[in-house]
Amino acid sequence: MFDAQPFSRPVVVSADQDSAKPLFDRVHEWIVTVDHKRLGLMYFCYGIVFLVIGGIEASIMRAQLAVANNHLVSPETFNRMFTMHGTTMIFFAAMPIVFGLANYFMPLMIGARDMAFPRVNAWSFWMSAMGGIILYFSFFGGSGLYGAGSAPDVGWFAYAPLTSRAFSVGHSTDYWIIGILVSGFGSIGTALNVLTTMLTMRCPGMTLKRMPLFAWMNGVMALLVLVALGPLTSAQLMLLIDRYLGGHFFDTQAGGSAFIWMHFFWIFGHPEVYILVLPAFAIVSEVIPVFSRKPIFGYSIMVGATVAIAFISLGVWAHHLFTIGMTSYANAFFVASTAAIAVPTGIKIFNWLGTMWGGKIRFDVPMLFCLAFLGQFLIAGLTGIMLAAAPFDWQLGNSYFVVAHFHYVILGGIVFAVFAGSYYWYPKVIGRMLDESLGKWHFWLFLIGFHLTFDFMHIPGLLGMPRRIYTYEPGRGWDIWNLIVSIGVIFQVAGVAVWAFNVVWSYFKGNVAGNDPWDAWTLEWSTTSPPPVYNFATLPVVRSCRPLWDLKHPEDPDWKYE
Amino acid sequence: MSTSSAWAALPVVGISVTNAALASTLRSPQTSLFSPVSTPADEIYRLSLLVLAICAGIFVVVFSLLVYAVVKYRRRPSDDGREPPQIYGSNQVEIAWTVIPILIVVVLFLAAARVIHAVQDAQFPPGTLEVTAVGHQFWWEFRYPSYGFVTANELHVPVSESGHPIPTHITLLSADVVHSFWVPRLAGKTDLIPNRRNEMWIDPHVAGTYVGQCAQYCGTEHAKMLLTVDVQSREDFERWVQAEKAPAAVSDQVASGRKIFETTACVNCHTITGTAANGKFGPDLTHLMSRKTIAGGVAENTEENLRLWVTSPDAIKPGVLMPAMQLPKQDIDSLVAYLMSLH
Repeated sequence: MFDAQPFSRPVVVSADQDSAKPLFDRVHEWIVTVDHKRLGLMYFCYGIVFLVIGGIEASIMRAQLAVANNHLVSPETFNRMFTMHGTTMIFFAAMPIVFGLANYFMPLMIGARDMAFPRVNAWSFWMSAMGGIILYFSFFGGSGLYGAGSAPDVGWFAYAPLTSRAFSVGHSTDYWIIGILVSGFGSIGTALNVLTTMLTMRCPGMTLKRMPLFAWMNGVMALLVLVALGPLTSAQLMLLIDRYLGGHFFDTQAGGSAFIWMHFFWIFGHPEVYILVLPAFAIVSEVIPVFSRKPIFGYSIMVGATVAIAFISLGVWAHHLFTIGMTSYANAFFVASTAAIAVPTGIKIFNWLGTMWGGKIRFDVPMLFCLAFLGQFLIAGLTGIMLAAAPFDWQLGNSYFVVAHFHYVILGGIVFAVFAGSYYWYPKVIGRMLDESLGKWHFWLFLIGFHLTFDFMHIPGLLGMPRRIYTYEPGRGWDIWNLIVSIGVIFQVAGVAVWAFNVVWSYFKGNVAGNDPWDAWTLEWSTTSPPPVYNFATLPVVRSCRPLWDLKHPEDPDWKYE
Repeated sequence: MSTSSAWAALPVVGISVTNAALASTLRSPQTSLFSPVSTPADEIYRLSLLVLAICAGIFVVVFSLLVYAVVKYRRRPSDDGREPPQIYGSNQVEIAWTVIPILIVVVLFLAAARVIHAVQDAQFPPGTLEVTAVGHQFWWEFRYPSYGFVTANELHVPVSESGHPIPTHITLLSADVVHSFWVPRLAGKTDLIPNRRNEMWIDPHVAGTYVGQCAQYCGTEHAKMLLTVDVQSREDFERWVQAEKAPAAVSDQVASGRKIFETTACVNCHTITGTAANGKFGPDLTHLMSRKTIAGGVAENTEENLRLWVTSPDAIKPGVLMPAMQLPKQDIDSLVAYLMSLH
């Protein structure tokens, strides 16, 4: 492998000397750290822990639904499972994972030594961590100290007035509100930090037009967080006022409006999809060029499409509300805005294809996950178009078709991209490669499991099966499909178990990676693996989008074509 | 290359699966979107075929390009190790793959807007049947304001023939939380939202029983908030209306059961016309035995189930809001006998 000369050899002491310190000191260092790499890693690992917890909750639901009229768990338990699954996966798995990646790699890719606000960074992480702990404490404290514990059971979008004290007694809904509020403050802190870092911390020579797409997309993600989290936080505060201070915002029995909660929630909820998917695009936009051996096709168009997606995504929320009886004009408007988002998204897919076109594609594990991402994200987009046609949504909305659709986006898109990123950057973070053949086992098991579960989940939706039912009557043609869907879970669990084993095994036994194992082009590969505390001993100076390409190909550098 | 051939096999698998799904849909059309029998569902069905065709077309084109790129541009064993030509982009190509999606989006929008208008802005002929549906945790109340009676869970409407259309216009209200009315073969779903009046309509062309259920999570027993629509010939519907309009049956044989009903907590929640019972919280029981099911459609309306329902509702529907009536066995016997007399 080509081992690029770094811009300068770091003079900082190696992290290995840490192991001489007592355990207490080492743990203490992690807790008080303000280093973006450690915080990024903690964010990521925290998200993975909750990914596993949310996965267990999903497995319980699938065990219940595998056959008709099953009573493995009670209706109350099932309702808690889907509420906790949704809330956990969105707020405490997906967001920490994408924030972790942004935290770790944004400074490294723009040639900075840390985030703009390292202390805000630590504060944000611990706020998010606290939010998850508060939410899960509801299992013990949900009914007060003297009652049995009970997790929230109002659904992850918690439609009013089911959340009012008349219908949700005890404290489980309060834990839900406060958990999300607290982690929301953390998210806003991280978003400010990522955006400011992108705007102010770039190394000499790195204009906005020379910034890696990873930085662009995460910056736009941060902007969306700043816009979208506000309405959610406001709605949670109003709900809390309703529950404890005699407010009537959503209290329909006193003239409040169930309608307003829906709008508040989805004004947050739809941009949230793009908050999660833009970082997935960011990973794919780094991996595909490196493994196709070509620069990203249409760099400035990709940036434009990212900004366009973010902008349009703020005006589509009511496509979650086609069935609430809006006027025909309002419905038509949201059909148009929702369908419009297909255009910049399509541009992205075509640009990734254009990047592969004429390249020499290497099928390493990160690229396998990205190829699966492309195919799956295409299908997710197409089912999205079906749901965007409001009348079709009157049938498909709140059915298993919708559940299949957004899991195609989140699992087939975001999780596959995160796995791609984990194989791509593990060598940089740990200094060793993840095992290639274990990686292929992981890929194929997870791919088969994903398609068994989520391809077949569309069908009961088309056959009229609503979501969030704890059991169903036999003889409606739903049984066989639900069984296949549940079987797929086994393969997914096996795949993730192989990945977890690989991560641990390779930490001790993996091949030593070197600085630049993939022969890549962005700045993080110019420093050591793992990077020293200060990232770069002297700040790099760049002249194009691909500084390491310029270094490796002095006869044909990118900056000639700018 | 095993990777690419496996990818290439995916569409084949996908198509065979889809075929199997369609076959199953035709065999078991109870709640399938693809066997509509009423105008709103028909309109959606036709739109869905167009949308599915467009999406299938896009899928075939883009997925083929992906497979082609993966196969054609894979690194070959004989590779010379040199980097491929570095291409940065092309404005002509970008314009092409921007304009074509815009055109597709415009077509989709127009098709969807036409159906939105046809369903939401429909005009109703004189003679349209007015029904009010009220969602409760976890059952349906159906009021027939023009006839002055109330029933539960099983909506009866007349068949609407093209020569003599009698559509049914349904006003949707909620007594507690958000619910959603969904009978896939008749129409798309519309939510029942507290403090708000929504509406929908159906005009079933074929007599029969169509099933559906609540489609918006509404609490513990959301899964057991079932719904049937009995579409009857005009004569049968008229006969049913006359029977429902009549006051509750009175019989001396069950007078003791009636007394128990009127003097216990039953009256707080249930109405039986002509008696002291006028509660509004639970279903109207005036013609209980004209219904095929009890407990929100969960259990058949038999003596055995009625007895179980009155003594321990949780055994049938855990989390239901009806309390278990702690009555001596002989009282339960008389009470069930009385309920069984409410034809």
